[in-house]
Amino acid sequence: MSEPVTVFALSLLAAAIRKSVPLVFASTGGFFSERSGVVNIGLEGMMLFGAFSGAVVAVLAHNAWLGLAGAAVTGAVIAGIHALATVNFRANQIVAGVAVNLLAVGGTVFLAQVFMGGERSFSLGPADRLPMWGPFLPLTYLAFVTVVLATVLAYYTVPGLRLRAVGEHPRAADTQGVHVARMRFAAVVASGVLAGLGGAYLPYFSGSFAKNMTSGLGFIALAALIFGKWHPVGAMAASLLFGFADALQETLQGRGGLPPQVFQAIPYVLTVVALAGVIGRVRPPAALGKHYERE
Amino acid sequence: MSRSRVVVAVLVAVLGTAAFGGCQKGEREGRAAGDGPDPSRIRVGLVLSVGGLGDKSFNDSAYEGLKRAEKELGIEGVYGQPEQMAEDEKYLRQYAVQGMDLVIAVGFLMKDALGQVSAEFPDSRFAIIDAVVDQPNVASLVFSEHEGSFLVGAIAGLKTKTGIIGFIGGMDIPLIHKFEVGYTEGAEYVRPGIEVLSAYAGSGPEAFHDPVKGKSLALSQFNRGADIIFQAAGSTGNGVIDAAVEKGLYAIGVDANQNYMAPGHVLTSMVKRVDVAVFEIIREVAGDRFSGGVHVYGLEVDGVGYSLDEHNEGLLPEDVIARVESIKRDIIAGKIKVTDYTAAR
Repeated sequence: MSEPVTVFALSLLAAAIRKSVPLVFASTGGFFSERSGVVNIGLEGMMLFGAFSGAVVAVLAHNAWLGLAGAAVTGAVIAGIHALATVNFRANQIVAGVAVNLLAVGGTVFLAQVFMGGERSFSLGPADRLPMWGPFLPLTYLAFVTVVLATVLAYYTVPGLRLRAVGEHPRAADTQGVHVARMRFAAVVASGVLAGLGGAYLPYFSGSFAKNMTSGLGFIALAALIFGKWHPVGAMAASLLFGFADALQETLQGRGGLPPQVFQAIPYVLTVVALAGVIGRVRPPAALGKHYERE
Repeated sequence: MSRSRVVVAVLVAVLGTAAFGGCQKGEREGRAAGDGPDPSRIRVGLVLSVGGLGDKSFNDSAYEGLKRAEKELGIEGVYGQPEQMAEDEKYLRQYAVQGMDLVIAVGFLMKDALGQVSAEFPDSRFAIIDAVVDQPNVASLVFSEHEGSFLVGAIAGLKTKTGIIGFIGGMDIPLIHKFEVGYTEGAEYVRPGIEVLSAYAGSGPEAFHDPVKGKSLALSQFNRGADIIFQAAGSTGNGVIDAAVEKGLYAIGVDANQNYMAPGHVLTSMVKRVDVAVFEIIREVAGDRFSGGVHVYGLEVDGVGYSLDEHNEGLLPEDVIARVESIKRDIIAGKIKVTDYTAAR
């Protein structure tokens, strides 16, 4: 290692935080959906839609803040489809989530070609970008604020209690006058908004949109949620850990004359070790994945 | 419950259409002249590599060659963008079945698929970029990337202030190592003892369209003291260029001339004239003198090189250009031997 240890540590820390932002957003989104009892493996697709619409609105309107709003709205709409299928029509939640992911891969490429004249990847101009607030984008701070808000909302307010009740024992919640379907619908839409924002971070950070640019981040966010025991703070910690592992492999790559694959494997090895050895037993929300029908 | 089945069926149908709509659209647009198939015109089918149009690099360059042939040779061009590698063969076969006069596979990833299809259609003519398919009806268009990379490596070696430069590759495969090795040798040739950092975005084709990874790898190398990074990574490289802008440092473009993407921050580009190769092979077909076998595009025919234009004018001083030009002459004359990573294996 040629650079001073402080430089190494600081740049590694900054990289870990940058890497964790989309995961923090998406796993917090997943928290709402799954805590209400709806499995959301469509997070990946919602992120990809968010990345696409965030980029395309920013480019067309030359305003990244509008793009951000576009990403949130698109995420909400896609999540609305997922909610409609799973909550209202009681479709299998896994199948519906897979459908969302497939729709995102094909749909964003198709729409990119429509909006950007046949191109599947495109760049954002300087005017289409978010400003830097210190070392990070505004979204970075927003991600961690969101975790705090989600925790307060879910654990210290009445709607939060209802949300969790719906995911644990919908019948009991129903007898107490909670509208189960409405609560679940709202929770899934909230997850789409957050996943959309997490996705939008990707083009704003990298300066361009590319086909399927989420490349599995939605699934990692889901893993972070489970790893964090379905709690926003736990999920955030897990996201930071995954971000750190990825940043570590990028910083270490090419050192010591070792092949890059040795370092590229770090995040996966770390995940297996953490899941198998560290966190112990996790208990998912009792009604997760189960449809609720009133009698 | 039957209502839910209907909903699922409708959803699946809608999604299916959307997923496949992506590729069909490209084909329709690709039929440029739009006056329907004309039997007297030469028809060429171009199958693009993963990443597709808009990478401002490899695929866009191939497409440019096709466009130029349409304009200058009056041929009719069609192109397809497979969603994933598994679809490559389908596209190649489809164009062969349609009786195209030439089917061009863009990228080494299609090597096996084209080997299969070209054997099935011995009377059709094919071409492939960046790979060698040993069939009499296939023209293999390859480039001396190691020589072009040597030149930009020399430029980086002459321009670096920190004595540390970087390389970021897309997918970790021999072809990309060919860029890296040439680049490293060029830098060491002008500046012995220079430190070259190297990283790859991944081990699968998606490593060619991950600008997020490109940018974070680049930030990591810049933080370690590198002041110039050469990227050979498709649209992943767009993230590298963005990192150079953010840090106020330099990137080196690849395949197409990418100097314009961030004027003042793209030192030069290792241009690989995929467009020329595509155009030339179409011209061979149009002139009825198509020849199979290996066609090499090297420094001597400007198949590879480094780019100079108004966007990097102030970045390269006269003496740097003079030195690089003399190195170029020495490589062509065989006085400097550059390791070809793909040949060494």
